[in-house]
Amino acid sequence: MTNSSPAPVSTAKLEAESRSATKAQLIEFWYYFSQNKGAVIGLVVFMALVIMAVFAPLIAPHDPTFQYRDSFLVPPAWEDGGKATFLLGTDAVGRDILSRLIYGAQFSLFIGVVVVSIALVGGIVIGLVAGYMRGSVDTFIMRLMDIILAFPSLLLALVLVAILGPGLMNAMIAIAIVLQPHFVRLTRAAVMAERGRDYVVAARVAGAGHMRLMFKTILPNCLAPLIVQATLSFSNAILDAAALGFLGMGAQPPTPEWGTMLAEAREFILRAWWVVTFPGLAILVTVLAINLVGDGLRDALDPKLKRS
Amino acid sequence: MSQQPILKVRDLYRTYEIKGGLFRPASTLTAVKGVNFDVERGTTLAVVGESGCGKSTLARMLTMIDAQSSGTIEVDGLPIDISKTGISKDMRQKVQIVFQNPYGSLNPRQKIGHVLEEPLLLNTNMPAAERRDLALDMLQKVGLQPEHYGRYPHMFSGGQRQRIAIARAIMMKPKLLVLDEPVSALDLSVQAQILNLLKDLQDEMGLTYVFISHDLSVVRYLADKVMVMYFGEVVEYGTRDEVFGNPQHSYTKTLFAATPNADVESIRKRIAAKNAA
Repeated sequence: MTNSSPAPVSTAKLEAESRSATKAQLIEFWYYFSQNKGAVIGLVVFMALVIMAVFAPLIAPHDPTFQYRDSFLVPPAWEDGGKATFLLGTDAVGRDILSRLIYGAQFSLFIGVVVVSIALVGGIVIGLVAGYMRGSVDTFIMRLMDIILAFPSLLLALVLVAILGPGLMNAMIAIAIVLQPHFVRLTRAAVMAERGRDYVVAARVAGAGHMRLMFKTILPNCLAPLIVQATLSFSNAILDAAALGFLGMGAQPPTPEWGTMLAEAREFILRAWWVVTFPGLAILVTVLAINLVGDGLRDALDPKLKRS
Repeated sequence: MSQQPILKVRDLYRTYEIKGGLFRPASTLTAVKGVNFDVERGTTLAVVGESGCGKSTLARMLTMIDAQSSGTIEVDGLPIDISKTGISKDMRQKVQIVFQNPYGSLNPRQKIGHVLEEPLLLNTNMPAAERRDLALDMLQKVGLQPEHYGRYPHMFSGGQRQRIAIARAIMMKPKLLVLDEPVSALDLSVQAQILNLLKDLQDEMGLTYVFISHDLSVVRYLADKVMVMYFGEVVEYGTRDEVFGNPQHSYTKTLFAATPNADVESIRKRIAAKNAA
């Protein structure tokens, strides 16, 4: 302890050690995540969806907007009167449903990513400020969020879209605003729990400023519940976007968005079941998969539930 | 060892406002009432007292976490009053703190190397390579391995974490180190190691300690001077031998008598005293 000359340590060795520490954390995370079978299945389905969306032009058998004039409302291939080239049948104007679903995955994932990013970034910043500053700033922000939360979410989204004008982008902004308060409350609660902890005080004694304390010291320790909430909001966003699309306020035809497809198929529910069923199933499977992943993430990230 | 005081505290008060509720009026609570003391360079002052007597409040004022309500603190000739002047980098470098609970005082998402480098990063313009060398140096000084540089806090035991916390505190070479019950969360054998480490560091770096504790055996081992606090007031202040050998105040006597005693005779006496009362 008294010798002050450090033994020569190679940089490479230190970095390898540092990397292995990071790796150990990831391995531990994966261990807890993989304990939850449902979550793994959800993850596989979600990855398949992502691949489908990315390679849509290669996978889809037809152009999603091309109308085959000779095949309106063709049933799926295995039904009587189905055609092998339209595996899941066609809709009322002769577009291939399978291709539209595959392209629709692009929109759904895009909606999820954009909405969650906006809501998450906004929610984190506002929540951090509220939880860190406390006092009147906190009260003001939280009352504002309470007002937003007091509206039925879809209704508020509808009103916002009505103000902004229909369209996919506006629908996404509206949904993000509706989802934001959940992130704000969650961040604030986590920040309030962390800000009094000794390591935060220690960082302050070491000279960390407000910004550093908020974003580098406190925020990384609040991320676990936020990640879980983000995945669950991802599916919520897809659902809300589909609902807005169904009501004619979201993506506009002929965009192959799943909710919009449902809306277009409304009048054929009794005559051609496949036009409604498949977009509905696509939404169901996607949302279910993401929710399962969210569940698994909660198991892996939330130390309170973790069996130590 | 020169006898000039490095820490001068005069008439220190700290009051907390307690907000009135529906059924009780607002009131004030004085946690620290008019405390005076000096600590000489390179010595250890132990602050002893029961829970809630203002020890930790005192520590928080000395380390500039909270401001004092009135009175003066002077560290190495530099007056400290953060409610008036704020905190300069200069002041930061003079005082650091080690917390009681080593499980809460390290950021779970920060690797040890970054924990140690953070004070340097924030207070100096040192290049990254130099910071790293200093951190590695410090790891060795507190009895850890260079391999520990890249690990996370949860990979360490309580004693090792406390070593890390001490290393972080002395990275800036502070004049004064406030130790807020640094060993009370550790088991006995580890306590001894940490106390020895603190002693070695004090000899080597000429550190001055304000050591807050309720464990008298630890205090007897480490302290040069002892200050006993009782409900925010200093009831006894003197060298270790004076206080331990000839306690003046009744509370100090009670405190020394409160050391657990398990022989049959003392238990009988206690029961008799209880029955008589």
